[in-house]
Amino acid sequence: MNAVANYNFAYLDEQTKRMIRRAILKAVAIPGYQVPFSSREMPMPYGWGTGGVQVTASIIGPDDVLKVIDQGADDTTNAVSIRAFFAKVAQVQTTTHTAEASIIQTRHRIPERKLEAGQILVYQVPIPEPLRFLEPRETETRKMHALEEYGLMHVKLYEDIARHGRIATTYAYPVKVEGRYVMDPSPTPKFDNPKMHRSEALQLFGAGREHRIYAVPPHTDVVSLDFEDHPFTIQHFEQPCALCGAEQVYLDEVILDDRGGHMYVCSDTDHCEERREAGHVGVLGMKEAAE
Amino acid sequence: MSDEPLLRVSNLTKYYGSRLGCADVNFELYPGEVLAIVGESGSGKTTLLNTLSANLEPTSGEALYRMRDESWRNIYELSEAERRFLTRTDWGFVHQNPADGLRMTVSAGANVGERLMAVGDRHYGKIRDTALDWLGRVEVAADRIDDQPRSFSGGMRQRLQIARNLVTGPRLVFMDEPTGGLDVSVQARLLDLLRQLVGELGLSAIVVTHDLAVARLLSHRMMVMKGGHVIEAGLTDRVLDDPREPYTQLLVSSILQV
Repeated sequence: MNAVANYNFAYLDEQTKRMIRRAILKAVAIPGYQVPFSSREMPMPYGWGTGGVQVTASIIGPDDVLKVIDQGADDTTNAVSIRAFFAKVAQVQTTTHTAEASIIQTRHRIPERKLEAGQILVYQVPIPEPLRFLEPRETETRKMHALEEYGLMHVKLYEDIARHGRIATTYAYPVKVEGRYVMDPSPTPKFDNPKMHRSEALQLFGAGREHRIYAVPPHTDVVSLDFEDHPFTIQHFEQPCALCGAEQVYLDEVILDDRGGHMYVCSDTDHCEERREAGHVGVLGMKEAAE
Repeated sequence: MSDEPLLRVSNLTKYYGSRLGCADVNFELYPGEVLAIVGESGSGKTTLLNTLSANLEPTSGEALYRMRDESWRNIYELSEAERRFLTRTDWGFVHQNPADGLRMTVSAGANVGERLMAVGDRHYGKIRDTALDWLGRVEVAADRIDDQPRSFSGGMRQRLQIARNLVTGPRLVFMDEPTGGLDVSVQARLLDLLRQLVGELGLSAIVVTHDLAVARLLSHRMMVMKGGHVIEAGLTDRVLDDPREPYTQLLVSSILQV
């Protein structure tokens, strides 16, 4: 033990973790309701997932296996640094495999592999209030949630259709949780919204700057808002992943050169690697292997 | 007009701390009737309107409203949820400044449709058709439906605000200086429109104005306020043609003649 500086297990002190766990319990008890909590300063800037990190730090134990993804990828700055952070302050095992993880902290994606009972998905949330850009007053939005006045949410969707001919919101697509609270699923693509519906995993949302925690317990109804004549749809991609040939997954466009060359690859890197190991190849993956 | 009133106000008093807003206001409003509240600036007419529309809590007194199910309810004893539901379905509020009553950053169609969506309408096509119909009724061109009110003139904004309020078929509309800030020809057109809509829909309305001409054109009855008290009330033509109180005589005689 180093006598100079010692972190408590998982960085936060026990009283703070207790406070956050109470907020989480309340959030689980009222699905979709934003519970205020006293967010702490974390050794990383706001916008880097301080809310998610605090939630993870409060629920993680020595036996947990942690996976961190950023836009579906395990190897981007945000994911690498948060994974390293917990490896250091909690000495927990980390992984990039969705199936092996007990806690998955995510920024903007839900893994392609179906989550199972016992797993916990922790979201990093920048703006938890779905009504924020329509109604700037916090006192008013709280009242609207309390009285279930959600007509305004449809005004936003109406505007989309009036301007673009369809609902053009593609991320942070508002959902209604268990028939009561309207919730912002954080800026995940709407492609992932159906995965939240009756998920077997517990889903926790932490917004550090905004001091809010909310949750979707397992097997909870999560319904995307829409109009009767403009029903909710998810994104569809015309070609499969260029590396692993996967279809029905969320793809990222990767620019290859300055002459307009590009390819579409799985946004979920772990999913893509697992498929390639299992022998699936896409158009560009094949060329790579041949060279 | 029906025999039974829509609104019964008794001894309504509003103090701001120790300062008087309005005191001991009593009146009844019947379906289809337009009541004008006139008086000089600071006489308590806007306080009275805000109290009547449940934006302010009165210090004492009550206002009984006949709900759609014919039950009489004191509007200050309704739960917040009931009151908010009432104010966005059965009531309307037309602000003097349209920017206060409109959402300036969403299109005209969404402004009109908001109340429909708030009461559970979830069919885009139907909402849009209703919005188009209402824009037509308030003489806003149909091709402006997707424009934001920011790009509208003052008169158009005010007409849009009226459409937004009337779309749910309210029975009672509060108006605070609906023609204030508009130039005279636009005022005349708006008054024409208001008079026509009120007549067609059988609305009751309470209109606050400092402009006696507006009261003359729109209202059936009027109340004159001074220093927070109602000093004279009666049929509009009677009050304007034969004012009894010295203050009312002063008010009527100070109208500019062209």
